[in-house]
Amino acid sequence: MGQREGAAGLTTHAPQAAQAVTLPSSLDEAVETLAGMPAAVPVAGGTDLMAAVNSGQLRPAALVGLGRISEIRGWQYQDGHALLGAGLTHARMGRPDFAALIPALAAAARAAGPPQIRNAGTLGGNIATASPTGDALPVLAALEATLIIAGPGGARREIPVSHLLAGVEMMRGGELIGFVRVPLLHAPQVFLKATGRTGPGRAIASVALVLDPARRGVRCAVGAIAPMPLRPLDAEQWVASLIDWDNNRAIVPEALNAFGEYVAAACIPDPAPAEDGSVPQLPPAVLHLRRTVAALARRALGRALT
Amino acid sequence: MSNETVTATGAEPGTLPEPLPHGLGVSLPAAEARAKTEGTFPYAADLWAEGLLWAAVLRSPHPHARILSIDTSHAREMPGVRAVITHEDVPGKALHGRGRPDRPVFAAETVRHHGEPIAAVAADHPDTARMAAAAVIVEYEVLEPVTDPEQAFEAEPLHPDGNLIRHIPLRHGDPDAVGDIVVEGLYRIGRQDPAPIGAEAGLAVPRPDGGVELYVASTDPHADRDAAAACYGLEPERVKVVVTGVPGATADREDQGFQLPLGLLALTTGCPVKLTATREESFLGHVHRHPTLLRYRHHADAEGRLVKVEAQILLDSGAYADTSSDALAAAVSFACGPYVVPNAFIEGWVVRTNNPPSGHVRGEGAMQVCAAYEAQMDKLAKKLGVDPAELRLRNVLATGDVLPTGQTVTCPAPVAELLQAVQDFPLPALPKDTPEDEWLLPGGPEGAGEPGAVRRGVGYALGMVHMLGAEGADEVSTATVKVHDGVATVLCAAVETGQGFATLARQIVQETLGLEEVHVASVDTDQPPAGPGCRGRHTWVSGGAVERAAKMVRTQLLQPLAHKFGMSTELLQITDGKITSYDGVLSTTVTEAMDGKELWATAQCRPHPTEPLDGDGQGDAFVGLAFCAIRAVVDVDVELGSVRVVELALAQDVGRVLNPAQLAARIEAGVTQGVGIALTENLRTARGLVRHPDLTGYSLPTALDAPDIRIVKLVEERDVVAPFGAKAASAVPVVTSPAAIASAVRAATGRPVNRLPIRPQAAVVTAAQ
Repeated sequence: MGQREGAAGLTTHAPQAAQAVTLPSSLDEAVETLAGMPAAVPVAGGTDLMAAVNSGQLRPAALVGLGRISEIRGWQYQDGHALLGAGLTHARMGRPDFAALIPALAAAARAAGPPQIRNAGTLGGNIATASPTGDALPVLAALEATLIIAGPGGARREIPVSHLLAGVEMMRGGELIGFVRVPLLHAPQVFLKATGRTGPGRAIASVALVLDPARRGVRCAVGAIAPMPLRPLDAEQWVASLIDWDNNRAIVPEALNAFGEYVAAACIPDPAPAEDGSVPQLPPAVLHLRRTVAALARRALGRALT
Repeated sequence: MSNETVTATGAEPGTLPEPLPHGLGVSLPAAEARAKTEGTFPYAADLWAEGLLWAAVLRSPHPHARILSIDTSHAREMPGVRAVITHEDVPGKALHGRGRPDRPVFAAETVRHHGEPIAAVAADHPDTARMAAAAVIVEYEVLEPVTDPEQAFEAEPLHPDGNLIRHIPLRHGDPDAVGDIVVEGLYRIGRQDPAPIGAEAGLAVPRPDGGVELYVASTDPHADRDAAAACYGLEPERVKVVVTGVPGATADREDQGFQLPLGLLALTTGCPVKLTATREESFLGHVHRHPTLLRYRHHADAEGRLVKVEAQILLDSGAYADTSSDALAAAVSFACGPYVVPNAFIEGWVVRTNNPPSGHVRGEGAMQVCAAYEAQMDKLAKKLGVDPAELRLRNVLATGDVLPTGQTVTCPAPVAELLQAVQDFPLPALPKDTPEDEWLLPGGPEGAGEPGAVRRGVGYALGMVHMLGAEGADEVSTATVKVHDGVATVLCAAVETGQGFATLARQIVQETLGLEEVHVASVDTDQPPAGPGCRGRHTWVSGGAVERAAKMVRTQLLQPLAHKFGMSTELLQITDGKITSYDGVLSTTVTEAMDGKELWATAQCRPHPTEPLDGDGQGDAFVGLAFCAIRAVVDVDVELGSVRVVELALAQDVGRVLNPAQLAARIEAGVTQGVGIALTENLRTARGLVRHPDLTGYSLPTALDAPDIRIVKLVEERDVVAPFGAKAASAVPVVTSPAAIASAVRAATGRPVNRLPIRPQAAVVTAAQ
């Protein structure tokens, strides 16, 4: 044992224990590093990744840290849109200046866990992890955000966030999410989530609702109840036609209730009738989830219109 | 050394230290408080020894399977691996277990729960050890798990000892008695994990004499030593358990399933071996609160006075017996709660299943029945149209009444006074005067809560627990007090688990000997046994032993002086290190009187004996009882079913307050653990497989979930048989607060709420309801 060295006095035979960590300072450099090391895993906040590493589910051969890429840690304006860096933390998005721009994303960021998680977790990480309970995802779906993907050789391509989340379009090897383009709608936006507790928790269901007064539209997405956010398009169009856009966005109160039911039924449909014509009942837990979605959608619309 | 106590109070450097409070009845801070808050206090996971190896345990991925073969050859051949052990390598007893030795150290032929240890590895790096454990090839024949405790009676025996661990048919009074009013209910309580803030960890160091030393966060070091010695085939003297810092213990925190392999690996390799459990292993390995199914029928007369209680109580022990027998005894004995019930017919069973193992978690048995009998009291009140608190008042127990076990309550039982106190306490104000944005609604700040959908409910619960082991357990503790140079030292194997025993021991010695500087030595099994740290034993027996030893030292110190001056020792007093006589004739210092000598005394404390419950569940089984009343105020969003506990007002029977700050902290911690049981904590399984064994999937209460806790009244009616007249305080709030919260949710929603934790769908009010 005399030959052992190091503070812990240990040697190791664990094959992946000597991890290479690279800390590029620009997006293109990060992409090049990834291209050079196909086995490397990019890490931003690490709130999901490191939990998987610690529990032994993931043993990355190398890590590419994205924390020093300053170009993706802020945002800029671009013809009526905000170009959000993928490295924006939830804590940053939760601040009042950001909330004035994209209120629903700010609300989702503030709801996304305890302060330690919000300080580390990033917008890009939330998209890349694509967890069904990712709080930013229904907001991005309702905003119809577009991802700007950085590829090798300075290449940039755009894919709608919903395409990535639904698996219609995939990220290719060596690509990174660089930016998220979000329209600035200058109108009320709401994000609500039900967690079953008062402290921070994972969503049982969440609803993001944004108004688009220029196009006289309502856009809504329901999160956490399916692998990806769901858009009740018929319900959106129907309720948008009931809003008196020129008169303080007034709506008859009954419509709020009906909208909630419409959204819930669209996201959690009734089971198909059985062969004998009887209508099977949804299980109680699913019925509760449907009631929850209905209440969240109704409240979200109510708050957006007052 | 006195700096330690001074800095613990947070005195500014450079200012004169204020005279410290000391003795009983003051809020002496814990000696290690500063080290703990600064992160320098060493826990088991922080230990290190030169040349140590790392251990990992291979655990079963199946809840029930036959082991066809275990092939360790690949694991052994991995570079860096020093030992791989299985059931074949256990030199001594293959079975262990706290209550009953029925649990194998390593599964040999059958695995009976998800996470049961099968093999252990020592290697020179933790990752190597984990990979080697994963490389042990086990061939299973997967068997159908028995996961419904009701099926366990009929199922094939899961263990040679059979599936029924204990059955108590309690019969008390007239079986034919009937009441004017009858209410029935079926209740389910989930599986709470004790979730200690630090997961299990330990270091085993082989000794030159062929023995081994275990450095672990044990809460019952002598029992752990005996189990280890039996497993290793060694005399108990050759195994030493040294207790390290304990990072949280509201249960039997240590999983012997990892302690035993740890020492065995050290003996096999001849090297120190360290093991730190992951949170997942911690969830799988240690014992949980018994999931319970309860069926009740309460009979009452037209005035709401209880006539008869019939109940069937089924506890799920999981795969092994552990201390389930004690949990069942408590559940059956306290099935009627702190109420006078002339006729009681309670049948209790605890059965074996392939679910995660259950065992001692504070308030075991008593907590589950409290949720059920209080729900019954609410039902009765509703049926009679009486105020729930008033109905309880008509039935409360008092000193001199008889429990359903036939035992007469001889200790103080101020239950009516406790209930009256919480009832009279003003209700929390509605936040009408604050801006609506600042209201903390169910769902949290900026959550989905909407004031229009929120209903407030108020509920009451009365709870009781027993103190010390029951049914003839020998509850003895031994302590030694040493005084040298004006400094006293306490040596006692009662483990400071955070419950505050070390602080209490210092206060007792300060009080008895009049010395300010008292140290509590660290604990190992070279000291005489003090028993497990549970059911409030250490306040009682270890505190009592410390007091007796301190009194003996006092007599040794004062006897020569008293003799010289021709007076009895009672006429002398010691304060601030000075000895004075009642008349002022004698005045000297302790240091002078001791003249360089060291004074030692050792004493034991053993409470009066108890007896086992007989075939009818009758017997004087308990040494002491403690009671508590809680009024819960909750806000429920009746559309989403989210619940926020606004306030818990508590009155408790504590006998005597020995350390006010510590007592308040213990009560607040207990109440908050109860909030977890009521709302979020349930270790879920699917066909015996533990789902989400992590702190994301298993929601502990956060600061936002914890309510305002108002300690309305602490009734100080001394229990004459307890040292200092003090009752243990930690367990009874845990027992009572879930029932109070459920009662308040019932009041807010009108729903039955017969299941804990309360699921959102159970707190929803729809148009149909």
